[in-house]
Amino acid sequence: MDKYDVVIIGAGVSGSAAARELSRYEIKACVLEKEEDVCCGTSKANSGIVHAGYDAPTGSLKAQMNLRGNELMEPLAKELDIPFIRNGSLVICRSREDLPRLEALYERGVSNGVKGLRILSREEVLEKERNISEDVYAALYAPTGGIVCPFELNIALAENANVNGVEFYFRTEVKDIERYEEGYRVITNQGVFETKYVVNAAGVYADQFHNMVSAQKISITARRGDYCLLDKSAGAHVKNTIFTLPGKFGKGILVAPTAHGNLILGPTAIDIQDKEGTNTTGEGLEQVMKNAGMNVKDLPMRQIITSFAGLRAHEDGDEFIIEEIFDAPGFIDCAGIESPGLTSCPAIGERIAGIIKEKMGLREKEDFISERKGILKPETLSREERAALIRENPAYGNIICRCEMITEGEIVEAIRRPLGAKSLDGVKRRTRAGMGRCQAGFCSPRTMEILAREQKTDIRKVTKSGGASYLVVGTNKDIF
Amino acid sequence: MENYDIVIIGGGPAGLAAAVSARENGVERIVILERDRELGGILNQCIHNGFGLHTFKEELTGPEYAARFISQAADLGIEYRLNTMVTDISPKKTVTAVNCEEGLFEIQAKAVILAMGCRERPRGALNIPGYRPAGIFSAGTAQRLVNIEGYLPGREVVILGSGDIGLIMARRMTLEGAKVKVVAELMPYSGGLKRNIVQCLDDYGIPLKLSHTVVDIKGKERLEGVTLAEVDEKGKPIPGTQEFYSCDTLLLSVGLIPENELSIGMGVELNPVTSGPRVNESLETNIEGVFACGNVLHVHDLVDFVSEEAKTAGKNAARYVQERSIILIPGEGVRYTVPEKICVKRMEERLTVRFRVGKVYKNCYVSVYFGKERVIHRKKAVAAPGEMEEIALTKEQLMSGPNLETITIKIEEA
Repeated sequence: MDKYDVVIIGAGVSGSAAARELSRYEIKACVLEKEEDVCCGTSKANSGIVHAGYDAPTGSLKAQMNLRGNELMEPLAKELDIPFIRNGSLVICRSREDLPRLEALYERGVSNGVKGLRILSREEVLEKERNISEDVYAALYAPTGGIVCPFELNIALAENANVNGVEFYFRTEVKDIERYEEGYRVITNQGVFETKYVVNAAGVYADQFHNMVSAQKISITARRGDYCLLDKSAGAHVKNTIFTLPGKFGKGILVAPTAHGNLILGPTAIDIQDKEGTNTTGEGLEQVMKNAGMNVKDLPMRQIITSFAGLRAHEDGDEFIIEEIFDAPGFIDCAGIESPGLTSCPAIGERIAGIIKEKMGLREKEDFISERKGILKPETLSREERAALIRENPAYGNIICRCEMITEGEIVEAIRRPLGAKSLDGVKRRTRAGMGRCQAGFCSPRTMEILAREQKTDIRKVTKSGGASYLVVGTNKDIF
Repeated sequence: MENYDIVIIGGGPAGLAAAVSARENGVERIVILERDRELGGILNQCIHNGFGLHTFKEELTGPEYAARFISQAADLGIEYRLNTMVTDISPKKTVTAVNCEEGLFEIQAKAVILAMGCRERPRGALNIPGYRPAGIFSAGTAQRLVNIEGYLPGREVVILGSGDIGLIMARRMTLEGAKVKVVAELMPYSGGLKRNIVQCLDDYGIPLKLSHTVVDIKGKERLEGVTLAEVDEKGKPIPGTQEFYSCDTLLLSVGLIPENELSIGMGVELNPVTSGPRVNESLETNIEGVFACGNVLHVHDLVDFVSEEAKTAGKNAARYVQERSIILIPGEGVRYTVPEKICVKRMEERLTVRFRVGKVYKNCYVSVYFGKERVIHRKKAVAAPGEMEEIALTKEQLMSGPNLETITIKIEEA
């Protein structure tokens, strides 16, 4: 194996943001990912919220990263051509007794440096959002709150890092990490990677890698959250992200539009032992539906099209750990990245790259490509442009996903791009094909066909999400 | 922009029967827009028999039943476009569609027949908890994989929902070499036809568990098994009744939803119970000249009734086109006309249109425009508000322009 300056463990949003920031410099870096694609862990299953920054304690790294991330997200989204909407957020307070807690949140926000915060009266809230429950007493309004597509953000960061020279190794699981005189040997199921620096962005597994090299142990608990996603016909039910006044476990159940116009409800917060425990539970889903309905009335639950669960990487200290480990020089933790991790990722990437730049004395590349163009979406073109596109490439006239109106042209591009899609889920997260109201009922056989054709493989080898997630197991009557 | 008398959205059993009926009732310019690669819709994957007992008095397979209508449509020379997705229909019946050959194009219709069918409810609609591995399919998706593509989605199967597609797929999977372990149904009764329970489950010894549902899904990559539980009268799982079934496939046959996104987009009102358009006796929606039939209107269990319903929609759409009224517009100098609309089919051979002018005109012309073309230009020495004016129109004249939509009467000064 080649020798690297930096090995990043994990191609989630933190690892990919670090990779992209590092790719600005003259450096040899790679990302190791145990799954078949980027954005397969915590980064793929969250609320997609860009938090304003009033939640974390003043002076904490979480608060600092949140504010900086919020500030960086808009220009980053433009540079990477991904959807970002500053839709604003409301924290709903439903009784007079809770008002002091809402005011405390306001005060904290102000001291954290959040701009534009205001406490709204009941009337002001109802004027802003017609579907807020009648028993609202007041709300904290944060105009800087936003929403982003978590998949596209993660994919775009990784793609851009890759275009700028960072290598990605998928299905590459780190088994052990050894120190040696020049740095670290990262031992994986695909061989050994020698590197001067390690960035540990392994999400819920970051404690395991940290503990391999440091005497001062950390512990990360997977905190599961169940979500329900509603059809686009319900997407305008609220405009702002609607939070409950926070309690012991995070921010309670939120109701928010998504960057693509669906409505999302969730998450619950259950600490679990299994770091792969992304199963929803009956109780969890019920709690989501019940609690979402406390702040927002008339939620059209019949419009639920899917539910899912995500894991937050909760560190015992309740704080982001983004620093070089004191007793393991060259090993940089990016651990405990739970909410507001998605919001913070641009700042996290910047911080990690900053640490390594300073230590290595990195030089900026002259040919860094900062802009990335997303997958061409015919929907966004004018009628004439779209007609011309179809004349040039008829695949853009062939609609594969009826619900989201995704064409064969987009799916083919998603597969052929740098770090392209390899599975149905990969296609889905890049194009939205299969993400609509029929949940891939109609399009999956056709997307499977396109994947098999593009990968020059048999349809029996096509998977939902890599590994053994095969979609068909044989041909008719093959056992007879 | 192209013009058609009737544009039919969907070339499944409903769209085909509607097209045939509309043509038989005398409408020439008809086009079917079909999103799939061939006509026939979902019938093409329904390779079992049992279709057509009412319509043809014999038992046909789905593709055979579809073929009867496809050949009728072909004999009548009905136009159709395949691989063509309608993206939008305006309230004025401008249909926007896209395909590989023509790109994005528009068709102006006089009447529209909605025949888009329905889709299956996905797992999320039931909020079934558990993991989200490969191996969970809606029954219709599995049916397509098996019957059209020839691939087996799995070898050990549990089916949730005893709707007809679920029952049919229990038999199909068994015949293709899979083991169907159980069919679970949330309700205390089956959602499918009695004959399907007998022929698809009983004949193959597949147990049907009523008042049962899936309460957990196991497996991170490919499905490894599901847990069933009995439910109480409110549909809630009863503790202690859980039973684990190892399987690599879960088929969902948990209901169908009419696909009315296009209808909603054009302003068609829906019935909240059927999720299909509200219609009158002619199967006409709240928008004049927009008809609906088949599963887009309400979910059927027998295709024969779809055909019957579509025939009615086709006939009424034809009548609408034929009896469609031409609008009389009072143009410059004309205050009103009586009548305001003319139905060419119903009118006498000759019609007198009366109107009044708005002021005194000398040496003027009374002009009549069919659309933008001036067809009458009659000189008048004097016209005044106190004297009612009239012009005569003949049926023959109005029949000459098939696309005539408006007639404008105005006073033009010399």
